[in-house]
Amino acid sequence: MAAKPVLYYFNGRGKMESIRWLLAAAGVEFEEVFLETREQYEKLLQSGILMFQQVPMVEIDGMKLVQTRAILNYIAGKYNLYGKDLKERALIDMYVGGTDDLMGFLLSFPFLSAEDKVKQCAFVVEKATSRYFPAYEKVLKDHGQDFLVGNRLSWADIHLLEAILMLEEKKSDALSGFPLLQAFKKRISSIPTIKKFLAPGSKRKPISDDKYVETVRRVLRMYYDVKPH
Amino acid sequence: MAAKPVLYYFNGRGKMESIRWLLAAAGVEVFRTGQVPMVEIDGMKLVQTRAILNYIAGKYNLYGKDLKERALIDMYVGGTDDLMGFLLSFPFLSAEDKVKQCAFVVEKATSRYFPAYEKVLKDHGQDFLVGNRLSWADIHLLEAILMLEEKKSDALSGFPLLQAFKKRISSIPTIKKFLAPGSKRKPISDDKYVETVRRVLRMYYDVKPH
Repeated sequence: MAAKPVLYYFNGRGKMESIRWLLAAAGVEFEEVFLETREQYEKLLQSGILMFQQVPMVEIDGMKLVQTRAILNYIAGKYNLYGKDLKERALIDMYVGGTDDLMGFLLSFPFLSAEDKVKQCAFVVEKATSRYFPAYEKVLKDHGQDFLVGNRLSWADIHLLEAILMLEEKKSDALSGFPLLQAFKKRISSIPTIKKFLAPGSKRKPISDDKYVETVRRVLRMYYDVKPH
Repeated sequence: MAAKPVLYYFNGRGKMESIRWLLAAAGVEVFRTGQVPMVEIDGMKLVQTRAILNYIAGKYNLYGKDLKERALIDMYVGGTDDLMGFLLSFPFLSAEDKVKQCAFVVEKATSRYFPAYEKVLKDHGQDFLVGNRLSWADIHLLEAILMLEEKKSDALSGFPLLQAFKKRISSIPTIKKFLAPGSKRKPISDDKYVETVRRVLRMYYDVKPH
């Protein structure tokens, strides 16, 4: 039996969370190595297993993959969540690109000052409700199907659900005015593997707190001020 | 014969340049107009640079032979994308910030990225980054090398395998043609480009480095 994938990252969401979502949705169990000290990080750097000296890194099928998009693409392809042909893959890539941009606005959120957090929150909610959610609502409206691409579950649906839940953490009624997305959210959340991931005790990570920020800053020696978007 | 893909962007490099490179390397002719990266291809209106690039690479057999080769290509392209990404906002920076950003990018290239690609070539001793044949990863790396050399002409000093790689990939006929005058390759963005982008997008705020 193949070894479980091993995820190397901090004990928090960041860029690894989408990877956790995808593996979980695919029903794939994984292990995690959490970066906690500078010494541990320097050892990893010296070992040469981080191609660009960065995490996320996932050991999977004999590869030490870095670059979040490379990791996600591989998992999606391996577990048949990447469409049936090049054109479906293009649609999935396009939709994932959008939700990636949207969630990307929140990546630095934990590192912002209290004042900048307020501004960034308003910025992201505005982008979500005026640009991104309308776009996905339209996709669902135009084809009338349950899933974004190819009338079956794909990476695009999983990624969109993750984005919706992240936005609702910032504004609980973020989906008001988007009835199809509301139904979509219920539907995708109730898929057994995803429902399990959303339940307590899963590998899903909570919103990053000050302890997470402090760990990242210490391990990466990243002490500069982080600015919004 | 299928309709030629149509590229919608500004008349400059930005995020569309990598797409032009890939299409040119595959020998596909393009028209262009102007907005945000959007490509009409095979009946689809694709946005999202990475979606467009992935599709073109897959369609023209520049994306490896299986999932694992694709993963390597995605990993390598991710690196060159990050590196070139540091230069995306360059035309919009103040003169002082341009100097700082230039030094920053050169440092990242020579201490992190070029050593990584030099090692890939060294470890397998082959002519191409993945699967012993031309792929999107090679085309993207060449684009990145040339961009860096525009900032520091001897950026590849100390990287003999990358120097040989650069010569080799540059001499592939479709790429050689793209590098010659008269192709759709765009020059370094100038003030006119900056002014156009700002005007069309109403993007008048100060752009900060990386």
